[in-house]
Amino acid sequence: MLEIKNLHAKVDGREILNGLDLTIPAGEVHAIMGPNGSGKSTLSYVLAGKDDYEVTDGSVTWKGEDLLAMEPDERAAAGVFLAFQYPMEIPGVATMTFLRSAVNAVRKARGEEEYSTPDFLRTVKEKAKDLKIDMEMLRRPLNVGFSGGEKKRNEILQMSLLEPGLCILDETDSGLDIDALRIVSDGVNALRSPERCMLVITHYQRLLNHIVPDRVHVLSKGRVARSGGPELALELEKSGYADYGDEATAA
Amino acid sequence: MPAVEQTVERVKEIDVDKYKYGFSTDIESVRAPKGLSEDIVRFISAKKGEPGWLLDWRLEAYRRWRTMQEPTWAKVHYPKIDFDDLYYYAAPKSTEGPKSLDEVDPELLRTYEKLGIPLKEQEVLAGVQGAPKVAVDAVFDSVSVVTTFKEELAKAGVIFCSISEAVRTHPELVKKYLGSVVPITDNFYATLNSAVFSDGSFVYVPEGVRCPMELSTYFRINAENTGQFERTLIIADKGAYVSYLEGCTAPMRDENQLHAAVVELVALDDAEIKYSTVQNWYPGDAEGKGGVYNFVTKRGDCRGDRSKISWTQVETGSAITWKYPSCILRGHGSRGEFYSIAISNGYQQVDSGTKMIHLGRDTSSRIISKGIAAGFSDNTYRGLVSAHRKATNARNFTCCDSLLIGDKCGAHTVPYIEAKNASATFEHEATTSKISDDQLFYCLSRGLSEEEAVALIVNGFVRDVLQQLPMEFMAETQKLIGISLEGSVG
Ligand SMILES: Nc1ncnc2c1ncn2[C@@H]1O[C@H](COP(=O)(O)OP(=O)(O)O)[C@@H](O)[C@H]1O
Ligand SMILES: [Mg+2]
Repeated sequence: MLEIKNLHAKVDGREILNGLDLTIPAGEVHAIMGPNGSGKSTLSYVLAGKDDYEVTDGSVTWKGEDLLAMEPDERAAAGVFLAFQYPMEIPGVATMTFLRSAVNAVRKARGEEEYSTPDFLRTVKEKAKDLKIDMEMLRRPLNVGFSGGEKKRNEILQMSLLEPGLCILDETDSGLDIDALRIVSDGVNALRSPERCMLVITHYQRLLNHIVPDRVHVLSKGRVARSGGPELALELEKSGYADYGDEATAA
Repeated sequence: MPAVEQTVERVKEIDVDKYKYGFSTDIESVRAPKGLSEDIVRFISAKKGEPGWLLDWRLEAYRRWRTMQEPTWAKVHYPKIDFDDLYYYAAPKSTEGPKSLDEVDPELLRTYEKLGIPLKEQEVLAGVQGAPKVAVDAVFDSVSVVTTFKEELAKAGVIFCSISEAVRTHPELVKKYLGSVVPITDNFYATLNSAVFSDGSFVYVPEGVRCPMELSTYFRINAENTGQFERTLIIADKGAYVSYLEGCTAPMRDENQLHAAVVELVALDDAEIKYSTVQNWYPGDAEGKGGVYNFVTKRGDCRGDRSKISWTQVETGSAITWKYPSCILRGHGSRGEFYSIAISNGYQQVDSGTKMIHLGRDTSSRIISKGIAAGFSDNTYRGLVSAHRKATNARNFTCCDSLLIGDKCGAHTVPYIEAKNASATFEHEATTSKISDDQLFYCLSRGLSEEEAVALIVNGFVRDVLQQLPMEFMAETQKLIGISLEGSVG
């Protein structure tokens, strides 16, 4: 489903990704691990189409189409979803209003009918309940004053509402306590399906106890340095990223 | 390239067709000859069959105006206006006084329909129980054509008609209050208006009456080179309440059209007036050509004790806006409010704000201003809060927030504060922010288009003020905000 070939990308004139290859077949969950600054978030932004991330070489194909040729909103319509490491705050815009605008924009782009108000409310209520999200929270302005856990749960709520084909989760575990981690992981696992692929980005192995990946890749200096099964994550937990150019653990 | 950097490119491409209301109605109009002289003032007054006292009033204003200079202190720039090259009176030919809806020129009704004011439907609605009721006094260029809901209002004792009609039917009220808030000597544009004012609305709500519906006027500037000079006068007698909405639209023209209105509000003891404006006059094309010059004097007089006047404005149109709806807090315990959303895009220039003049004891005022600047526009908040020597315990809270879209526009805040009484408590807050690329990207990654994203973020920014608008107009206004920001990002 997702095929990344020889991807090179620059930020601020600096090459961050250099020659990244990665293929995720339909239905699989792949994890990307790597030291801080290895380019994990950069990869997620390049896939979602952020402006200042300039692709200088390589290709990304999603369901047979050139993903890099699409605008960010077109990618969303094509099924790409990024759960942000740092979700943005939008003052004055009720979370519910935002959810509704997003869902209807995507449905319209996909040629589906927009939700009626009662249908939408029912759907949100159901999904919010699974993620232990209070309806009161959805009346507050988007992400404004949300705790770290609330922000991450809100990302997963959006993910489940937008029904993406490719879920990219950027450090969704950071800032979560153990209970929140379980709720969020359950939410993600509920979305696993044969038609969907997932790219789970994390610095720590513990998330992968909850969301068990089919493959694990180690990112180092902008390329995949090693790939393996779930056991690779455990190995990294013991040895750290010292072998992958992380000065912090090497010292 | 970051989204906001592309603003410049996109602004260049703003399609003039996007001005949704840029059509002009083909109706023969009767015009006064070009230019301004005593004879023109006499012509206007005669055309309207006015009494002698009003003609004298106009002539006094005219003579005064001849001695005055155009003000230059606002942060707006425009070529000198040739006041002798304008028409000062235009009336659609087919209307000579108010008629019932059926008799109205269908062309006019179609214009209103395009503007989204289904007059016909509104009369139907009136019969429906529980449906929101809005009475519309539609001003087509200079003559008020249609007034609906008159009967029901009359039952409550509310007078709602064109000002020319009020001169005929209620001369004592007009004589008593006209010019009592904005005197003919007030300022260049107000004085000009006093000399040549054509038409506008008149409202009188008698003692103890709560006006049974929202009152609303839609203004349009249609005839070419016609300055439009409405005059609105609203009086809420003791303990009365009225909410009034003014909507403005003008067709697209290459040349700049001048608009210099005067609005006077008078609230007596315990009375309350809520005055809302949604202004989307033609802002000019992508190069800044054409558009309405909007030089307006709006002032409310809280003449009675515990009276309250609240101004809410949504300003999205006009090439130049020069407008400071103000409150004179004369009555003890009176209150003034000003809620404003001013959006500028393209080459628009906005210099707007308010004055809160505290004269009475225990008077309070509140100012919430949201300025949004995009494209190459300039957006200035200019406000005065003053407490008179005798205004013990005057209180004011002011909050001015500016939002910038792109980096070719400007937002400025110019607050003036004068407290001549030591017990005054004035608070002032101001912020300036930008729509960040990160916020935009977050919205885009959820499937929203850039225009939807900007509209959403801006609607969030102005939420506190939107909530002040009458319910019926909130949704419409949210859409208008989206339309007026089209092309502001790339
Ligand atoms: N917007 C940016 N501007 C400049 N440098 C950036 C930007 N984003 C990321 N970088 C740099 O790119 C490198 C990779 O960052 P990132 O992708 O965030 O790593 P990770 O998510 O793996 O910690 C880092 O050196 C970081 O400083
Ligand atoms: Mg990161």
